[in-house]
Amino acid sequence: MPFELETAAHPESLRRVAIEPVSRVEGHGKVTLLLDDNNKVHQVRLHIVEFRGFEKFIEGRPYWEVPVMVQRLCGICPVSHHLAASKAMDQIVGATLTPTAEKIRRLMHYGQILQSHALHFFHLSSPDLLFGFGSDVATRNIVGVVAAAPEIAKKGVLLRKYGQEVIRMTSGKRVHGTGSIPGGVNKSLHAEERAALQKDIYQIVAWSRDAVQMIKGLFAQNLAAYNAFGRFDAHNMCLVRADGAMDLYHGGLRARRSDGSTLFDHFDYDHYWDVITEDVKSWSYMKFPYFNAMGNSDDGWYRVGPLTRVTQCDFIPTPLADREREEFLAFDGGNAAGATLGYHWARMIEMLHAAEAIKDLLHDDDICGSDLMAAGKRQERGVGVIEAPRGTLIHHYRVDENDQVIRANLIVSTTHNNQAMNEAIRVVARQYLDGQELTEGLLNHIEVAIRCFDPCLSCATHALGQMPLEVEIVGVGGTVLDRMMRNGDGRCARPEPQ
Amino acid sequence: MSEQNIFLLDGEEIAFAPGQTIMQAAQSAHKYIPHLCWHPEFKPHGSCKLCTVKINGRFGSSCTVEAAAGQNVENRTAELDDKRRTLLQLLFVEGNHFCPSCEKSGDCLLQATAYEMGMMTPHFDHFYPDRPVDASHPDVMLDFNRCILCSLCVQASELADKKNVFVMGGRGMRGRKIILNSESGKLGDTDFSVDDRAASICPVGVILKKRVGFVVPYGERTYDKAPVSAVEAAK
Ligand code: SF4
Ligand code: FES
Ligand code: NI
Repeated sequence: MPFELETAAHPESLRRVAIEPVSRVEGHGKVTLLLDDNNKVHQVRLHIVEFRGFEKFIEGRPYWEVPVMVQRLCGICPVSHHLAASKAMDQIVGATLTPTAEKIRRLMHYGQILQSHALHFFHLSSPDLLFGFGSDVATRNIVGVVAAAPEIAKKGVLLRKYGQEVIRMTSGKRVHGTGSIPGGVNKSLHAEERAALQKDIYQIVAWSRDAVQMIKGLFAQNLAAYNAFGRFDAHNMCLVRADGAMDLYHGGLRARRSDGSTLFDHFDYDHYWDVITEDVKSWSYMKFPYFNAMGNSDDGWYRVGPLTRVTQCDFIPTPLADREREEFLAFDGGNAAGATLGYHWARMIEMLHAAEAIKDLLHDDDICGSDLMAAGKRQERGVGVIEAPRGTLIHHYRVDENDQVIRANLIVSTTHNNQAMNEAIRVVARQYLDGQELTEGLLNHIEVAIRCFDPCLSCATHALGQMPLEVEIVGVGGTVLDRMMRNGDGRCARPEPQ
Repeated sequence: MSEQNIFLLDGEEIAFAPGQTIMQAAQSAHKYIPHLCWHPEFKPHGSCKLCTVKINGRFGSSCTVEAAAGQNVENRTAELDDKRRTLLQLLFVEGNHFCPSCEKSGDCLLQATAYEMGMMTPHFDHFYPDRPVDASHPDVMLDFNRCILCSLCVQASELADKKNVFVMGGRGMRGRKIILNSESGKLGDTDFSVDDRAASICPVGVILKKRVGFVVPYGERTYDKAPVSAVEAAK
């Protein structure tokens, strides 16, 4: 059955290749490749099973419950939702945070950045990067990394653990804490907690530096391949501080076109809908946000996340990370900064920044302060935006006079990156799809491309390790031309025709 | 107190005053008998059955049965705690109890008792009943998703506040519910006040003071510090 396409002139004549689900990505995904008559990939559709209806679920709930409740959106980025919702509810209660509250929230956020980036890089991506995208699937996993490079695997585990400790101490629990509440926080750090975190932070900074060196070395070793892999041009959007610095917790929106020119800068996110619209497409549950100035989602889609933030900020306000940013931007004449695999490098620079920022906060007495809460004039609308590990995260609520949420709109990072991921897959598929035959190599490369974005596909399930993978080429008229299964253990097989 | 006014609770001698129930006598002696619908300030309702003990080998509700000399009362036995766990599981699936996002978590008698009984899962299929939230009052919110029909709010409003804001109404497992005593059926149209005894009586997370949810961090809530058995025994 032909369905509507965005870019193909004659969609009826396209063939489809479906890949599902994508392994080692959070959640479940399915990729459809639409081929033209010359067996060239014409169009890509990444289908995502999102946790639908959550916004409806929030409606009717009291506003103070929302920062805790939204953590159930996602098993992997609950802290991001916790903080974005809290920021929105700060506006509802008309609060300007006390220094202690803001610094505890920041500490929690940097802890989340650290643990999320460490998990993604060491656990999910390092197998591909260390062993090669086409290497034996039996060893291309974290178990293989532990066997081949135990020191690297160990650092990954301990970096993540440290981030989780920061989260636990600031939010009360390692997952699903309650620390951040409308107008502030419910606890600051005890002296013993602060001392415990201070003890290891220098080691954490050092290991984060090592991680940057590791991805830098991999780039240098595989320069041409890394630069070309899944490369595409995109517009960008992220928060920046008033002075243009990277700020993952708060700032104004900066958008730049793919040619580097500015579309808007320091835009107050309180009315983000003046610059962004969410497009809907019949074939996807996930929306397609675009810049209003560009009129539609075909031209106005953009990219968010570590690569955007590191390349679009004017500087990083911690010295070691900023030096790495400069090196990244200059590397190979600026090529790495435009590469899709540059996401990994940028992610490690951010991890270093988070470690440095934690270090600075741990030396600030405000984090042990007792002035936790603020309030002001009650508002009806609240918008909270943060730069979550995966990119810009928007929470938007309306609360009625009875204190109940009457409307909620969330735009998660992975939704912002929706079309950008499709573009990366398309480039990779064009590079590696030969004829209409599916190969293990193609599947692997598509997965590596998707993984660069660290998508949180369902924002509901957290699936580590290998998942079964099904690949299908559907010809014009619906005939299955080829089908390939990849089992949970990573072995590929062609099943009997049905 | 005469020598005769003594019974055995799990083998320990407990003294009682004539007319005291087993529950009251145990409470006075700082012994914990699990309970949900009983509250020392009010008359026993006898509906939750969590306080069921074995008296001389026969089941009875300790909150309603009077203490008598020479009774041999079994309380925290594996047999009884097993039954209590099942009762708790039934309560959990009958309502909508989502502890991770409930502001009463850590201060909730139902949750604390479930921990005490080692309840790991709800076991039974959830009913997911459709129950309303009433946020019409300026200072207090009602979330009936969590109501266990203990009737304490009814008694507190009637006996302590002399207001009759809450009334037990309806029939049957799905029909029985707390009704608000106002024409609109909304709390905001009653003369309820946040300072009423009934405003702070609910053992679970139905009757909640507005805008203060989650201000107490983990570690400092009632049952973070000690399990319900210890908290109750210390009373
Ligand atoms: S509202 Fe609370 S106090 Fe009233 S019956 Fe329900 S559980 Fe008991
Ligand atoms: S406490 Fe005795 S029946 Fe509820
Ligand atoms: Ni998520």
